Amino acid sequence: MTRFSAFELFRQGLTGQSGWKPQWRSPEPKAAYDAVIVGGGGHGLGAAYYLASQHGMRNIAVIEKGWLGGGNTGRNTTIIRSNYLFPESAGLYDHSVKLWEGLSRELNYNVMFSQRGVMMLAHTVHDVQVFQRHVHANRAAGVDNEWLTPEEAKAYCPPLNISDNMRYPVLGAALQRRGGTARHDAVAWGYARAADRLGVDILENCEVTGIVRNAQGAVEAVETTRGRIKTPKVGVSAAGHTSVVLGMAGVRLPLESFPLQALVSEPVKPVFPCVVMSNTIHAYISQSDKGELVIGAGTDIYTSYTQRGGLHISQHTLEAICELFPQFRRMRMLRNWGGIVDVTPDRSPIVGKTPVPGLYVNCGWGTGGFKATPGAAHTLAWTIAKDAPHPINAPFTLERFRDGFLIDEAAAAAVAH
Amino acid sequence: MSGSFRTGIGGRIRRERTVRFRFDGVTYAGVEGDTLASALLANGVHLMGRSFKYHRPRGVLGAGADEPNALVEVTRGAGRTVPNVRATQVELYEGLEARSQNRWPSLALDVGAVNNLMAPFIPAGFYYKTFMWPRKAWDALYEPVIRAAAGLGHAPTAPDPDTYLNRYAHCEVLVIGAGPAGLSAALAASRGGGRVMLVDEQCEPGGSLLAEPDVRIDGLSSRDWIARTVAELQANPRVTLLSRATAFGYFAHNMIAVNERLSDHLAQPAAGAPRERLWQIRAGEVVIAAGAHERPLVFPDNDRPGILLAGAARTYLNRYGVLPGRRVVIATGHDEAYRTAIDLSRAGVEVAVIADLRPRPTGPLVEQARALGLAIRTGCAITGSRGGLRVTHARLSAILAAGKLGPPDEIACDAVLMSGGYTPSVHLFSQSRGKLRWDEALSAFLPDVSAERERSAGACRGIFALDAVLADGAAAGAAAAGIDAPPALRSTAVDADPAGVMGAVPHDRGPDARAFVDWQNDVTSKDLKLAVREGFQSVEHVKRYTTNGMATDQGKTSNINALGVLADELKRPVEKIGLTTFRMPYTPVTFGVLAGMARGDLFDPVRTTPIHGWAVENGAVFEDVSLWKRARYFPQGAEDMEAAVRRECLAVRSACGIFDASTLGKIEVVGRDAAEFMNRFYINAWTKLGVGRCRYGVLCREDGFVMDDGVVGRIAQDRFHVTTTTGGAARVLNMMEDYLQTEWPELDVWFTSTTEEWAVIALQGPKARDILSGLVEGIDLSPEALPHMALAEGHICGVPTRLFRVSFSGELGFEINVPADQGRTVWEAVWAAGQPHGLTPYGTETMHVLRAEKGFIIVGQETDGTATPDDVALSWAVGKAKPDYVGKRSLARPSMSAPDRKQLVGLLTEVPETVLQEGAQIVASRGLKAPMPVIGHVTSSYYSAVLGRSIALAMVSGGRARMGETLYSPHGAGEIAVKVVGPVFHDPEGARVNV
Ligand SMILES: Cc1cc2nc3c(=O)[nH]c(=O)nc-3n(C[C@H](O)[C@H](O)[C@H](O)COP(=O)(O)OP(=O)(O)OC[C@H]3O[C@@H](n4cnc5c(N)ncnc54)[C@H](O)[C@@H]3O)c2cc1C
Repeated sequence: MTRFSAFELFRQGLTGQSGWKPQWRSPEPKAAYDAVIVGGGGHGLGAAYYLASQHGMRNIAVIEKGWLGGGNTGRNTTIIRSNYLFPESAGLYDHSVKLWEGLSRELNYNVMFSQRGVMMLAHTVHDVQVFQRHVHANRAAGVDNEWLTPEEAKAYCPPLNISDNMRYPVLGAALQRRGGTARHDAVAWGYARAADRLGVDILENCEVTGIVRNAQGAVEAVETTRGRIKTPKVGVSAAGHTSVVLGMAGVRLPLESFPLQALVSEPVKPVFPCVVMSNTIHAYISQSDKGELVIGAGTDIYTSYTQRGGLHISQHTLEAICELFPQFRRMRMLRNWGGIVDVTPDRSPIVGKTPVPGLYVNCGWGTGGFKATPGAAHTLAWTIAKDAPHPINAPFTLERFRDGFLIDEAAAAAVAH
Repeated sequence: MSGSFRTGIGGRIRRERTVRFRFDGVTYAGVEGDTLASALLANGVHLMGRSFKYHRPRGVLGAGADEPNALVEVTRGAGRTVPNVRATQVELYEGLEARSQNRWPSLALDVGAVNNLMAPFIPAGFYYKTFMWPRKAWDALYEPVIRAAAGLGHAPTAPDPDTYLNRYAHCEVLVIGAGPAGLSAALAASRGGGRVMLVDEQCEPGGSLLAEPDVRIDGLSSRDWIARTVAELQANPRVTLLSRATAFGYFAHNMIAVNERLSDHLAQPAAGAPRERLWQIRAGEVVIAAGAHERPLVFPDNDRPGILLAGAARTYLNRYGVLPGRRVVIATGHDEAYRTAIDLSRAGVEVAVIADLRPRPTGPLVEQARALGLAIRTGCAITGSRGGLRVTHARLSAILAAGKLGPPDEIACDAVLMSGGYTPSVHLFSQSRGKLRWDEALSAFLPDVSAERERSAGACRGIFALDAVLADGAAAGAAAAGIDAPPALRSTAVDADPAGVMGAVPHDRGPDARAFVDWQNDVTSKDLKLAVREGFQSVEHVKRYTTNGMATDQGKTSNINALGVLADELKRPVEKIGLTTFRMPYTPVTFGVLAGMARGDLFDPVRTTPIHGWAVENGAVFEDVSLWKRARYFPQGAEDMEAAVRRECLAVRSACGIFDASTLGKIEVVGRDAAEFMNRFYINAWTKLGVGRCRYGVLCREDGFVMDDGVVGRIAQDRFHVTTTTGGAARVLNMMEDYLQTEWPELDVWFTSTTEEWAVIALQGPKARDILSGLVEGIDLSPEALPHMALAEGHICGVPTRLFRVSFSGELGFEINVPADQGRTVWEAVWAAGQPHGLTPYGTETMHVLRAEKGFIIVGQETDGTATPDDVALSWAVGKAKPDYVGKRSLARPSMSAPDRKQLVGLLTEVPETVLQEGAQIVASRGLKAPMPVIGHVTSSYYSAVLGRSIALAMVSGGRARMGETLYSPHGAGEIAVKVVGPVFHDPEGARVNV
C-alpha cells in the first residue's frame, strides 16, 4: 500500500498518476470470520479498523449492502462538536473530538477535520438558560464551550443578522471553538483503506438478510446476499436500518426511523467562516471547502425508509436561513437529499451489548452521529473484542430505556414556560 | 475577432431594438431577444468564464440550462447580486451588468491559472492524500488557501430587498416542457375539459422548435404553428400556461414544484414587484416533455473557448441570429451536427470540415451535406485543439483499423462544434422514483416503469423524429386527460439517426492529455480512470471522488460520458454500472423563493393576548415564549430590568399586582368520563375534587418524567377547565387526543382548546380582594365562600367570568377568566379600580421571581425531561390510590427512587448579594479541576427584593438529605459557596394565601 503524501503525489505526477493501487481490495467473502461488522458507514468501518489496530482482530469483515459510506455517512452535513449537556454524552463526544484531532494522520488520509468553531444561537430567554447551563456543564466536564453576546456572535460570524427586526432576535450564542466539520466521504474511505491494510475484508454490495443463532441463542453466522458467513461476533452499525437488522435476531429496539434532509447552495467564494446552528428556528449552516453553503435542519415529521422528504421541510429550513442571513436570500439551492436517521426516545445513542450473546449494536445516532464516528467506533471495537462495555460507552446501554437511566439530550429542547 | 457576428436576417430577435449591457466593465450592444451569451457571441466574445479547479479559460458550451462554463455574476446592486448565473439563460435587458467569476485580476489574465501547470500533481482527490502535516496547518494554512481558490462567484453582500411569492395549484393534467411534445400534449389534454397547466423554463414556448425556423408543421411554419397552438391554449380558461417557469422538483403523490421567474428579465421591474413565484402543483396526471441535452465529445483540450455543442451553435444561429465563428470545424458522432453544418454553410460560414467518428455515416442529412459540397471526413477523430483564449486549430486523426490513429492534421478554425448525440432528460422522471432502463441503441437511459401517475413524451423518452414527437405528445396528453388521441400532425422535418456515441474519443496524445468530461469541475477522463484504478467502482464513489457531475449543472452534459469512460475502464456494460441518483432541484432554485413571505413578523405567526395593546401602551418590554409575545416587565422612567422587577415584586407583596396570564394553555375536558380521563391522564386524583374547586395538576410522559403542569378547575361534574404551560398547550392537547383515540377509545369525553376563548387577568397581592370586590356580581369573595383553590362563576364588570382563586405568587390571588373580546375592557376596569390600592402591572420576570420565592417550579426550567414528580418535590400530588396513570409504571422502576437522584432544593449564597447564574453547576468541594464530579445545577436564580438577598432553586443529587450542607458552584477560577436549604424561601407556612 502506497503511503499518501505530497511527495508521492509529485512522484506519481511524473508518470501520469498511473501507479496508484486500489484504496481497498474487493475480496470474495470467506466462509468464516472472527467478527463481522454489518454496515459500511463510518461507524462500521471505524469499528473494524479499531478491532484490527487496537485489538489485533484481523480476520474480520465489514458487510455493506450498497457502497461504502452510501448511508448517512455520505449524506450528512458533518457538524462536529462535543458540547452536549450530560457528562456521559460530553464524555463520548469529546472522546471523539480528540480522536478527530489526530485522525488524518492516524489513517494517512486527509479527512479535512476543520476546527472552525460551532456556534449555537439562543433566541429566547429559555434558550439562554439552556445554553448557559450547557456552558457551565461543559466547563466542569473539561469540554470547551463559551457564551457570546449577540455582538460577539456577529464578530465571529459576520453574515449573522443580530438586529431586532427578526421574529426571534438572537439573544446570544454558545460557541465551541474546537467544533467544526470534516469531509464525510474521506472518513469512510480513510477507515476502509486503513482497515483493509490491516487485513480486514470489506464486502460491498452484500446485504445481510439474516442472523443465525445457535441452540444457546448466541450468534453463529449471518446470511447475506453473497452467502452464509460464519462468525461468533456480529456488530451492527446500520443507522436507519438497524431495527431491521436487529429484528433478524429477534431484538426489538426503541428506534424510530425518520427522513432527514439537507441541501447545498451553489459554490461561492468564502463568506461563512464557521458553523452556526439554531435549534429554535430549525436550521444550521456551514460552508464547505468547495464553497457550497451546507444547510440542514430537523427531521421530517413522519417515519419512513424512503430517502427523501417533503419540500415544506426544506422551505422551513430556508426561511430560517434567510432570517438569520438575509444576504443569502438570493443564493440558490443546488442539491437536496435525504437520509434515514434512527432516533431513540432520549436522543442519545445505544452502543454496546444486546440480549443476544455475540451481537453488539451501535445505533440511535439520529441526526447527530457523524461527529461521534471515531469515538463510537473506537469504544464499540473494545466492547466487541472484550465482550464488555467500555467505560465511555457503558452508560449508553439498551437497558437504560427499561431501567430509566435516560441520557436525555432532547431535554435541551424542553418546553417553554 | 472584431466585427459583428450577427446575421442579417432570421432568428427570434428584434434587430432594430438595440440593448446596451456591460460585461466585465466593457459596454456592448445586443438586441432584444438576446441572452447574455448570444449577445456576447454576437460581439465575438467567447471567453466567458474560468473553470473551477484549473482556472482554464472557458467559452460558452451550450445554449440553455445545461451550460457548465459561462457562469457570471449579474448584479443590480449589493443586495441584488446573483452569482453563478448561466449566461445562456440571462435574458438581455438595457443596462444589464454582468461580471465574470473565479479569476484575478481579469478574465483574460488569471493568476489562478498556475493551477493548470500543476495539473499533473493535483489529480482527482489529491487533497485526500496530502495537507496532513503538520496537524495545525490544515486549519491555519491549507484550508484557507483551498477555500479561497474554490467557490465560483461571490455571495451577495447585502440583504435581498426583493419579495417572493408562493402559490398552490391543482390541475388534472400538468405538462412539463413546451416543446413540440409538450405543446401537443397540452393541446390534446385541454380538449378533455379539465384543468391543464403547461410550464416551460424558457422565456417563450416552443422548445427545440425555436431553433427550427424552416420546418413546417400541419402546413404552417414552425413559428406559426407554435403561435396557433399557444393561442388556442391561451383562449381556454381552463389552461394555465407559464413561461420562465422551471419544474425543479417531483415529490410524492404528483406534487411538482415550479419556480417562475417574474422580473429578472426586466430592465426596470416595478417597485415592489415580486421577483419569483413558487408553485406547488398537485396534478392528477403529469406529462413530462422535458426534451434532451446534447452530449459533448470527450477529446483532449476539448475545453477551449470557441468549442461548443453543435446543437447550441445551431440555436445561436437560428434563434438569435448569431454566428459562432467564421470558419468552423464540426466534430461529431451523430447526425444532428450535420444540420448545424448545413445551416451555417447556408448562412455563409465556412465549414472547414465535418469530422465524423462513424466509419460510414448515412442518411438524408449526411447526403444533404454532401450535396452542398461540405468536406466530410468519416472515421475521423478529433484528438486535440490549439489556441489561447480562443481555439485556433482542431487536430484531426483518421481512425485506422484496430483502434490505431493515423497521423494528425491540424485545421485552422475559430470554432469547433461538436456532438456526441442527445441524452434524454430523465431528471424529473427519476425524481419521481420511476425506474429507468438502458437503451443500447440510443446509448441512453430511458423511462421504463412509472412510480407516479405520470408519462414521458418526446425526446425525454428517446423519441426524436418530429412527426413521432408530435404524435407521442398528443397521445400522452390525451391519455392523461382520459380521451382519445387527436389525428397525427405531419411535418416536413428530415429525420436523423438517433444513435450517438459516448465516452472518450480515442487519442494518441499520451498520458498528460486532458479530455474534459465535466467542464465546470475540471474532471477529465484521466481522473475517472484514476478513480477506477484506486478501486472506486461504484458510480457514486467515482462521482464523489472525482466530483464529476457535482457542479452547478449537476452533470447534465457530463454524466453519460463519464459512464462511457467508466464502462470502458471497468469492462462492464453501462447498465451494470448504473446512474447516480438524480436529486432535486433540476436547476438551482433561489433560497428566497423557497422561503417566500416568511420573513420578519411573518416568519412565524405572532400570537398576542387581548391585553397586548395595553401592555404596549404602558411601555412593556416583551419576550418570545413559543409563538406568544409576553410582557416581561414594565419599566418606569430609566429603570432597567432589575430595578423594574424589584419594584414590581415589592408591589405585589405589599399591595397588589396585575398580570396578563392569557397565554396559559386552556383545554376544556368534558363528558361523562371526564373525571376518569383526568384520573388516567394526570398523576393526581380527580374523583373527589368538588365542583367549584381547583387542583394543581401534574402530567408525566409515559417514561415517568414531568411534562406539563397547571391548575385544573372542576366547573361541573362532567367538565374540567384544564390549564397548561404556555408552550405546552398544543402538545398536551395532542397527547390527550392520542391517548383517548388509541388507548382509551371507550371513554366518553372530548377536548376543546379554549386558550383563545379566555383572557386571563391575574390579580395577586394582599389588596386583591379589595380591588375586586366592587367589580364582581353574583360571586361571594369571602374566604369562606371562595377559599384558596376554589372557583366561582358569575359576572365582572357585567361580563361573564370564571373566577379562580389561585396564586402563583404566594399572595392572595385571583385569576379572572373573561371572554377574550372583553379582556381589555375588564383589564382596564380592574386597573382603574386598583389605582387607589397601588395596583402595579408586572411581567413574566417578576412572576418568575415571585414563584421562585415560594419554591414553585416552572416546567422546562426546574424540569428538563429527566425529572420525576418526586424529584421536584411533587410526590404529594400523586394520586397514590389510583390503579394507573400515564407514567405510573415507569415511576415504579428502582432507578426512579434512587437516593442520589437530583432533587429540588433551595440554595443561599454565602454572600447575600451574589446572584448565581442559571445553569451554574454544583460540586461538593472546593478546588476541583475539570473534569470534576458535578452533583447538580442551578435552575432558577434571582435577587429577591422582599428577602433582601439572592435566592436560587437547584436540582442537586440527593438534595433533600443535604439540608444545611455547604456546596460550591464553580465560577471563573474559583467557586461560590452556597448553603442548601428548602425550596420555599418566603412565607413557608403559606399564611399569606389563606386570607
Ligand atoms: C441529512 C443528514 C445530515 C446529518 N448531519 C449530521 C451532522 O451535521 N453532524 C453529525 O454528527 N451527524 C449528522 N447526521 C447523522 C450522521 O450522518 C449519522 O449519525 C452517522 O453518519 C451514522 O453513521 P453510520 O456509520 O452509523 O451509518 P451509515 O453511514 O448510514 O451506515 C450504515 C450502513 O449500513 C448499511 N446497511 C443497512 N442495512 C444493511 C444490511 N442489512 N446489510 C448490510 N448493510 C446494511 C447501509 O447501507 C449503510 O451504508 C446527519 C444525517 C443526515 C441524514
